[in-house]
Amino acid sequence: MNFLVETKRFLLCSVVVYLLFKSFFHFGLFSEYIQQIIILSFIVILTSLGLNVIYGYTGQFSLGHAGFYGIGAYTAAYLGALFKVEGVWAFLPILLSGGLAAGLLGYLVGVPILRLKDDFLAIATLGFGILIRVLLDNSDKLSEFLGGSRGVIGIPKIVNLEIAFWATVFLILITRNLIFSRYGLFWQCIKDDELAATAFGIDTSGMKLMAFTYGCFLAGVGGALYAYLYSFLHPSNFDFLKSIDFLIIVIVGGMGSITGTIYAGMLWVAVIEGLRLALPASLLELRWVFIPILLILVMMWRPYGLLSRSESRFLGLGN
Amino acid sequence: MELLSYILEQTINGLQLGAVYALIALGYTMVYGVLRLINFAHGDIFMFGAFTAYYLLSKWDLPIALVFPLTMAVTAFLGFLIEKLAYKPLRTAPKISLLITAVGVSLFLEYFLSLEPLFTPNYIGFPRPFAVIHYNLPLFTVTNIQLLILLVTAVSLFWLYLLIYHTKYGRAMRALSHDQEAASLMGVPVDGIISLTFIVGAALAGLGGILYAFAYPQINVFMGIMPGIKSFIAAVLGGIGIIHGAVLGGLIIGLSEVFVSAFLSSTLRDGVIFFILFLVLILKPRGLFGKRIDKV
Amino acid sequence: MKSILFVGVIAVALMFLFPMAQAKEIVKVGLIAPLTGDVKTFGESSKNAFLMAIEAYSKTGKYQITPLIADDRNDATEGANAALKLITQDKVFGIIGPLTSKVAIPVSEIAEKNKIPMVTGTATSPKVTVHNLKRKPYVFRACFIDPFQGSVAANFAGKNLKAKTAAVLYDVSNDYSKGLAEVFKATFEKGQGRIVGYDSYQKDDVDFSALITKINLKKPEVIFIPDYYNKVALIARQIREKGLKGVLLGGDGWDSPELVKIGGEAIIGNYFTNHYSPERKDGIAEAFIEKYKSKHGRVPDSLAALTYDATMIILGSLDKAGTAQPEEVLKVLTALKNFKGVTGTITFDQNGDAVKSAVILKVEKEGPKYMATVNP
Repeated sequence: MNFLVETKRFLLCSVVVYLLFKSFFHFGLFSEYIQQIIILSFIVILTSLGLNVIYGYTGQFSLGHAGFYGIGAYTAAYLGALFKVEGVWAFLPILLSGGLAAGLLGYLVGVPILRLKDDFLAIATLGFGILIRVLLDNSDKLSEFLGGSRGVIGIPKIVNLEIAFWATVFLILITRNLIFSRYGLFWQCIKDDELAATAFGIDTSGMKLMAFTYGCFLAGVGGALYAYLYSFLHPSNFDFLKSIDFLIIVIVGGMGSITGTIYAGMLWVAVIEGLRLALPASLLELRWVFIPILLILVMMWRPYGLLSRSESRFLGLGN
Repeated sequence: MELLSYILEQTINGLQLGAVYALIALGYTMVYGVLRLINFAHGDIFMFGAFTAYYLLSKWDLPIALVFPLTMAVTAFLGFLIEKLAYKPLRTAPKISLLITAVGVSLFLEYFLSLEPLFTPNYIGFPRPFAVIHYNLPLFTVTNIQLLILLVTAVSLFWLYLLIYHTKYGRAMRALSHDQEAASLMGVPVDGIISLTFIVGAALAGLGGILYAFAYPQINVFMGIMPGIKSFIAAVLGGIGIIHGAVLGGLIIGLSEVFVSAFLSSTLRDGVIFFILFLVLILKPRGLFGKRIDKV
Repeated sequence: MKSILFVGVIAVALMFLFPMAQAKEIVKVGLIAPLTGDVKTFGESSKNAFLMAIEAYSKTGKYQITPLIADDRNDATEGANAALKLITQDKVFGIIGPLTSKVAIPVSEIAEKNKIPMVTGTATSPKVTVHNLKRKPYVFRACFIDPFQGSVAANFAGKNLKAKTAAVLYDVSNDYSKGLAEVFKATFEKGQGRIVGYDSYQKDDVDFSALITKINLKKPEVIFIPDYYNKVALIARQIREKGLKGVLLGGDGWDSPELVKIGGEAIIGNYFTNHYSPERKDGIAEAFIEKYKSKHGRVPDSLAALTYDATMIILGSLDKAGTAQPEEVLKVLTALKNFKGVTGTITFDQNGDAVKSAVILKVEKEGPKYMATVNP
């Protein structure tokens, strides 16, 4: 397919944004700490986008997304250590392998699980997410390097602004193209009314599986980026609470909106991490009291999310 | 012989844990039966029960006979409040919003209580108001706490059974869980019965909290998360919406946890539970006692 | 108008009259400690000691120290974030802590990568200063390491308590606990003892009934529980409730006033290894203990004493180096010899670890009682 059709605007915006960030970083306007937070926001956007494909577009309620994020991170860390990866070009296949591992696992799990509906799917994915965490906690039985519940240390810090930004942009493009293709149409049909979709002859199980696998793939890539940014992994980073983070971003940003995910992802990281900087230590814990209240209010006022189903034409994502 | 008494003792350990899970699972199953909602905040109501009991015992020095009913009343009220403030306004909203709201309530409870002037995020020693006595029976040892938990749980179940199957309120709850619209057309006060469901479920969770704190006397605002998830799985295992399913599920989960720790490795204990969940969902998604609850 | 001019002239004159107070160069130093979380008494003690040390230093020191304190909540990710912020955002010249090995290990990687000296008072896992056989030149500690501590405990069990059988219960998600357990097992077995139970649990576990019942089958004379005080208190209670009679033994993680508060009767009468005893007879120690007692109302625990020493070491090195450049401070730190601290005389060996003796303390209601000293 002609990959770059109609995406000129988006690419233009991306280049502008990239140059903006790059110059800020270069001239030291941001400390390394803030730089790391900004790069993290791209990773979060990418991973949340994966969940958006699974849930926002296809309507499959997954509460175990962080598990796949973790699989991507750990796989990338392990392979990188195995092949002693240090440089950027050697890193790219590692990045891909993190995504592929998560995608493959998503496929294998999806086959039996996606038969379930709604709440039961939620419980199954929740259970699977926790199962992955238990697996990570016991990972030292597989390899001492993986550290089990003590975590993985000593991953080289390879990810920088370029890698994270362009990987995210590239994958947003692919996702956007998928969404506007017939696959995206099928996905949305399944979300709207699965029974009707089957009646129309859509291969619902196949399409659901495809969405799920692709969404997990994105999470895996995000996880791999995370591992090589923070250099340190711990199973507690990939538990149910983390899955809730991604879910909140997708819901608040708007299900079925790539733009919404981008905005919500940046907002979320900005709020969580920015408040960590802005607030004095004594008030820091209040973040977590106000965030759920805000969340409840958003649910009551805009149950479909802030930007549901509309894409930004300015950014070149909509049509 | 030694092996037999070892197994018996581990069984009692498992039943003790399982009984608490059963109490919490009942609340989940009842609310799901009536509202089709997974109340994520339920585990935190359990935690709130433990903290309320802590407060009553340490700051007000109340005797146990008062602590039990007071705590249950407090948690029942909390359950009622949560339903009225957070869930009722969203009754017509898409299910997902309700779920996210439940998550929000859960997080709020945890972090609000963890604020410095309140309970702080630290681990607090729970003042058990009586000494632990263990009885050395011919085959195994059992403690008074284990007996207390099993007894109290059995009594509560009996009482709950009476409520659900021998009173008009119970009948109304069952009617609502079958078909909400038809029930309301028949004159069942939907709001009132939903509130009652939450109240009873929350009271049971609060009771579970007290018993759990007696058995493992160290409380912490995040203590409800894992027991909440496990109890929920217990409810699913037994067949969500079904009372005796929740109880059996709770006992099975408690026994599995203990036996895996005893015979395999403690680190695998959570893994096995979720593995069981998987098998159930894939092979018999309605649970062990499940029957069709979908509307066609 | 005239009065304003008058005041202005006087002010300017005053500025020239009094020699500009030699403005000390301001230098920031960071403390990463668990102020909240499961081991918050560790954090409180170290924070008190940290501030006391800075105050003592500022009387004679060459620099003006701005203390920055970060809470790691005894969580590795929190600690790593705090370290990154302190180093890259706040630009500290050095870091004291973290207190617990599980946080200290990832933080030491960050300090090493950013070339900022780090001195931990209390983290005892060997992995803090050495990783994969490679020494991290920027990381030091003011205390002994677990290979030593574990063997002290095992020898105490074998020789003093005369135990032939022992069981070990440790936290598998904690490098400190796991490391100590491994050393204890190896040393105890070398001393002809038998390890009859070696079981692990996870950080969030509260129900130990299955493990305790399992251990009870073999009736061990000693049960080694190398974990932090809050977990130990809980386990001790469950052990006694099930009727097990073995003597309980532990490591420096037991050192907290909360141990007896939470553990009650179950924990009294048992033993643990530690870095120092408040009954220590030494001029520097006694002065510190008195001052801490008058300021904070209780006797300082080893967390406080060691953090005090660690802070004084890094500030002393700062002065000796004559500059806040981390590389220069590092040179002085590496060469530290015979520093007279509250907890003893400290010399860094080739791994940046301190070679020091351990003490055995007995848990009593009023506080830990000194039993014996073991030299390396």
